[in-house]
Amino acid sequence: MAESALHDIPSVYEPSLFGTYSKKIGMWLFLLSDSLTFGALLYAYSYGRISTANWPTPFHSASIVNATVMTAFLLTSSLTMVLAVRASVDRNAKAQTLWLLATMVCGVGFIVLHGREWSNLIAEGLTLPMFPAVPGHEAASEFVNVSKTVPQFAATFFGLTGMHMLHVTLGVIYLGVVALRRKFIPILLVLWLVAWLGTPVYSPFHYGAHVLLIAAIVISIILWLKPKVYDSSDVEVAGLYWHFVDLVWMFIFPLVYLMSAKIL
Amino acid sequence: MDTTQLAIEERVAEEHRHHSKPLFFYVWAALLVMTAIEVYLTYQNLPPVKMLTILLGLSFIKAALIIGYFMHLKYEVSVMKWATICSVVGCLIIMTIFFFPDAFRILHIGVK
Repeated sequence: MAESALHDIPSVYEPSLFGTYSKKIGMWLFLLSDSLTFGALLYAYSYGRISTANWPTPFHSASIVNATVMTAFLLTSSLTMVLAVRASVDRNAKAQTLWLLATMVCGVGFIVLHGREWSNLIAEGLTLPMFPAVPGHEAASEFVNVSKTVPQFAATFFGLTGMHMLHVTLGVIYLGVVALRRKFIPILLVLWLVAWLGTPVYSPFHYGAHVLLIAAIVISIILWLKPKVYDSSDVEVAGLYWHFVDLVWMFIFPLVYLMSAKIL
Repeated sequence: MDTTQLAIEERVAEEHRHHSKPLFFYVWAALLVMTAIEVYLTYQNLPPVKMLTILLGLSFIKAALIIGYFMHLKYEVSVMKWATICSVVGCLIIMTIFFFPDAFRILHIGVK
């Protein structure tokens, strides 16, 4: 159907080689390059997993349940995103905004659960040298020597999942801009303050929250330079990014969590 | 924006209007079921190699469903499908060729 529809475009226009508009091709090219970033990180993790005999298996039943709920959040967000795209092509602006907001809520749920998972692991002693020490916590027995004997575990785990969490965060911001435009900037600033002031100084999220501030500044500049009403093509392109984030998690979840689970 | 882009965008939007909405719910349900199977297998304490094979198999099926239906690649023209899939798969094959023989060699020698 797609190929026949391509030829329905009036003959005065030169048909696109890829049969679609340039914004979408641009996003696909970005996603292809980004898939190599995640591919390299996943390979680095897998390389360490295979080549290290005493690879830690820190994910107990509670962690697996937590990660499963996170996965359900992401999968559901992909469904709501598809429904947002559908509402946008049907020119139903209200439904489009509501489905985009539903997608953002699922994304925020994922980030909160992931943040909780990270905080628990850091409190138990699985940490990176760059993270501040958690006061009043002693490392769990299984993590006492991990940072010395298998330092690549924490490095690859936090590197891979941190990169993914950053992508989800930027995805939520992207959808917020498409759904609410300028109205999203004050919301983002409030979120930044809540994340910054609501997390303890020793948490990596205390500093990571500044990503929201940087994003608010960048968005303000973009919307000031080029204010526009986002149409169905913009929603579809944002959806491509969001589905990609979901897609990457479909590999991180089994390879990182399920393959390093310790079910007693 | 030039008229060609607008014409293409409208044509793509028209295609989207023909996609069946229930299909998206079926795909979502299938993805959830496959995730549940993965978690169930984790609790069965299968041998690592068998476990990895099954998990990767399910992950590729899930990825194909997301790319095909949610990202609409199934409905794109052939050039688009081949260009995207071949470039990613090609790069991942190159990474595999370079990384994994060495990892298995280290595993065989033992970690010093």
